[in-house]
Amino acid sequence: MTATPVSPSEPEIGRARRRKEDARLVTGRTRWTDNMSLPGMVHLAVLRSPVAHARISAIDTTEARRMPGVHEVVTGADLAERQGSMPCAWPVTPDMKTPYAPALAVEEVHFAGEAVAMVAARSAAEARDALDAIDVDYEDREVVLDVEAAARDDSPLVHEELGTNRSATWTFDSAEAGTGGDVERALRDAEVRLDRTFRQQRLIPAFMEPRSVLVDPTGEQYTVWSSTQVPHILRTMIAMTLGVGEHKVRVIAPDVGGGFGGKLQVTPEEMLTFLMAERLGRPVKWTESRSETMVSAHHGRDQVQRLSLAARADGTVTGLKVDLLADMGAYLRLVTPGIPILGALMFNAIYKFDSYRFTCTNVFTTKTPTDAYRGAGRPEATFAIERMMDELAAELDMDPLEVRRRNWINHDEFPFDTVAGLTYDSGDYEAATDRAVEMFGYQQLRDEQLRRRQRGDTVQLGIGVSTFTEMCGLAPSRVLGSLSYGAGGWEHSQVRVLPTGKVEVVTGTSPHGQGHVTAWSQLVADRLGVPFEDVEVLHGDTQSSPRGLDTYGSRSLAVGGVAAVRASDRVIDKARSIAAHLLECSEQDLDFSAGRFSVRGTDRGMALTEVALAAFTAHDLPEGVEPNLDAEVSHDPENFSFPHGTHLCAAEVDTETGRVRIRSYVCVDDVGTVVNPLVVEGQVHGGLAQGIAQALYEEAVHDEDGTLTTATLADYLVPSAVDLPEFHTDRTETDATSNPLGVKGVGEAGTIASTPAVVNAVVDAIRHYGVTDVRMPCSPQRVWRALSGARASSATAAESGGGLGSVDPDQPFPTGGDR
Amino acid sequence: MIPAEFDYVAPSTVEEAVRALRDAGEDAKVLAGGQSLLPVLRMRLAAPSTVVDLGKVSEMRGVREEDGNLVIGAMTTHHEVVRDGLVNEHASLLALATRTVADPQVRHRGTLGGSLAHADPAGDLLAPVLALEGEMVLAGPQGRRTVPADEFFVDHFTTAVGPEELLVEVRVPKHTGWSAHYEKFNRVAQAWSVVGVAATVLVEDGRIARARVGLTNMGSTPVRAHGVERALLGASPTGEAVRRAAERAHEGTSPGSDASADADYRQHLAEVLTGRALATAAGV
Repeated sequence: MTATPVSPSEPEIGRARRRKEDARLVTGRTRWTDNMSLPGMVHLAVLRSPVAHARISAIDTTEARRMPGVHEVVTGADLAERQGSMPCAWPVTPDMKTPYAPALAVEEVHFAGEAVAMVAARSAAEARDALDAIDVDYEDREVVLDVEAAARDDSPLVHEELGTNRSATWTFDSAEAGTGGDVERALRDAEVRLDRTFRQQRLIPAFMEPRSVLVDPTGEQYTVWSSTQVPHILRTMIAMTLGVGEHKVRVIAPDVGGGFGGKLQVTPEEMLTFLMAERLGRPVKWTESRSETMVSAHHGRDQVQRLSLAARADGTVTGLKVDLLADMGAYLRLVTPGIPILGALMFNAIYKFDSYRFTCTNVFTTKTPTDAYRGAGRPEATFAIERMMDELAAELDMDPLEVRRRNWINHDEFPFDTVAGLTYDSGDYEAATDRAVEMFGYQQLRDEQLRRRQRGDTVQLGIGVSTFTEMCGLAPSRVLGSLSYGAGGWEHSQVRVLPTGKVEVVTGTSPHGQGHVTAWSQLVADRLGVPFEDVEVLHGDTQSSPRGLDTYGSRSLAVGGVAAVRASDRVIDKARSIAAHLLECSEQDLDFSAGRFSVRGTDRGMALTEVALAAFTAHDLPEGVEPNLDAEVSHDPENFSFPHGTHLCAAEVDTETGRVRIRSYVCVDDVGTVVNPLVVEGQVHGGLAQGIAQALYEEAVHDEDGTLTTATLADYLVPSAVDLPEFHTDRTETDATSNPLGVKGVGEAGTIASTPAVVNAVVDAIRHYGVTDVRMPCSPQRVWRALSGARASSATAAESGGGLGSVDPDQPFPTGGDR
Repeated sequence: MIPAEFDYVAPSTVEEAVRALRDAGEDAKVLAGGQSLLPVLRMRLAAPSTVVDLGKVSEMRGVREEDGNLVIGAMTTHHEVVRDGLVNEHASLLALATRTVADPQVRHRGTLGGSLAHADPAGDLLAPVLALEGEMVLAGPQGRRTVPADEFFVDHFTTAVGPEELLVEVRVPKHTGWSAHYEKFNRVAQAWSVVGVAATVLVEDGRIARARVGLTNMGSTPVRAHGVERALLGASPTGEAVRRAAERAHEGTSPGSDASADADYRQHLAEVLTGRALATAAGV
């Protein structure tokens, strides 16, 4: 898609505007945290544990202190009384077990990569050199790596003082909640029962800009620059964790190079940089290396999913039971425990089955903590249900699209109360699917698949379906409250019309690649009838945008964008009263259009710019009207938004090597009203890349000692454009009814939808050999082993679709596909 | 990513470079294109006392003909090899394999000599040089000596180059009129080979008159697939002949296991990919 020239009379909403941000970013005129340099600044380097679980018996910093340029060397023992415990804002259950989480380990380390000491020095090189001179004695303790083993009572403990590795168990039951029936009964009465276990591998967010923090303690306030998605949350959490007055902390998120949830965090390094600056009374900067990112920034996913699905022989699903083990890693970070729970509301997806039970047990291991990663709970849920729908189709020898049609919510059934207790406001799954099927050439590909099977081609073809929905726009505060989340879900905006008629929009969202500056400009330009170029968007600094809850969960447009629109409306209301006063008419007689008030039935009127100047001079304002043209709104949404769509993937599997090649990828997303099609297209493409990466490439792997073996980007396989197919995208537009713009989130949709589409395609290509699953990532070796195992046991393997029998739950991978 | 401190020397002749290496002692490291050494330095997996940078040694760059051989300077970049007319005409296997190395940035910096002296078994240029029966010319304090490829590669990251020696050029016998193919199997475009097969054949009078096959990442050094070569001799270039010969690709291999592939899968891949490499090379 290309940006098209536009005429001034067209509305801004819907225009493929090129991003305002890009000219500066692509020409290198950027303000990354690491670009900052302040007078007297020193550099911080962090020493990290090379072992996964150990007692620290001694740390000798004598030599490091003598190294050239070194100002200070600090260990956990030095900070024990000062540093507090890293915050977790989501106690999912009242009895959740939360370990002490010092920013700098004091007595024990619980994952390889945990910070154990820090050095401040004149240069970054001298700080790094001094790390090598610190001598730490580690007394090894037993590592705890496998989440299933860790959950058992006989497992060695990650945190001795907790007495268990199980942090919390969270349950939702539709019969108990009154939102549906009893799943055990549904399973008992099922004509078809499917039991499957899926593994959500551990992923690394792999944002492009490594994290960086700069703290300046020399002003009246501490000023903190951080490469973060959440400057407002960070400010509050620094205050609460370190006991500093919140009014004494200003946080700035300057240009931030990607996050994907990986920077939805309050990090030990932010606290450590702050504490070092406090200690030295001079500015301190920490910037990590990629190697540090890989081991110490939080990871994502990592669940074992056990599912039981009940259905009738005609393909109607009657119930779903979900049993999750979620790997927390070593500590509970900002929202770690809530991530898998977010999936609880989404396993039912677009389907209207009657009975549902979800149980999730959060488990500690001696690995890097997990937390939000693009989609956060919903990709895991969507993967599981969409894999199950394809499995059901295979079991019943039905077309996977037909199984979905039989179960999904029809467009005339909205608003729809789901079995998980949400209300979906709108959707049209039929329209999106019909369009996708047409673009894909579904039937021709099915025909080709059949021909290849009949010929026994070396390269087989598979078709994967994913009809997804997700909840985004985090979130109605009352819903977050019911989930015990530690904050609300509102967003704040202020719109200010300056004396010359130019407009400043202050937003509490904190863009780090999304294009809010462009999109918010379009929204406000339309509303106020001013030129796009006349709008400036201010964000990411708690001084200039004092209130907000930042950017994650595809919330920014549906919550923050709506706040900006509502603030614009308040500005218009205020301007109307001033204009009526000056034009000597009643407010009801004024029409506002294209930035101008006109007195109905006359040729009299005045422009918003003129009103702004009048408000500024304040020579003649109506009684009680303050001399400005500003307004602000804290907007709390009434509901989530529920984007949906249909993704179809055709994958070729080389049966000799196991290599998977995506032949064709079509997606039709429904994200409601589109403010900027270019930005939406970019979000979809990036989302698809990350979702496909989970299906085929990425995995964080630890060795038996708990060392991350995929700790560089040479080993952790992030695909490039060369490795990905051409994406064929289109949209349907079913407006959200929960906000005045009709918009829904788009930031995570591609990631959520694509992973199951790809894996379903891989399995579909080789199902006729007896393969029923391939564990992610579907590497060539795993696919080849699945095929080898299936061929070896083909004498005893049941034909797919050969009956209504259940798969043995103790042997979820009867064909050896699990590898 | 900050390397440990080191001394830096940038000689401008081979003679100066050899002297610099001798002066620097055992902890010295030679910097060619830097595509492997720099990451290793920055991750502090190596901390040499001195880095001897060959970037200014112009006599080590370029390709020429000499006594029926191609002589390729060790500092010739991958990009130059790919574009070189002589290499494409007389050793097309090497040009084809070099095309598959990493990405354009790396190919503009990385050098043939650097790759061979680094001797990463997953590197793509070892097997082609072995298959082409190349020879390495080493310069040291006692002058120059020549080591054939099958003696040059000793183990993982270990070659016949002595501590005070430099690899200065690679001599490759002309394989004029041979057809070739390098079959690379990797996970993502920029990744190293899981397995690679370098194959070149000379077809005369409808028969395979000569065949050379080298395997990448099938052991601690590149492996010459002699069994495959013998099976091809005199055969008609048919799918069946190629397939039969490729079945012997695992012979003499001892691949390792890593995150991408276990040893048995690598041996399976070697057979499949050898068949494909030969089929393409022989025009089957």
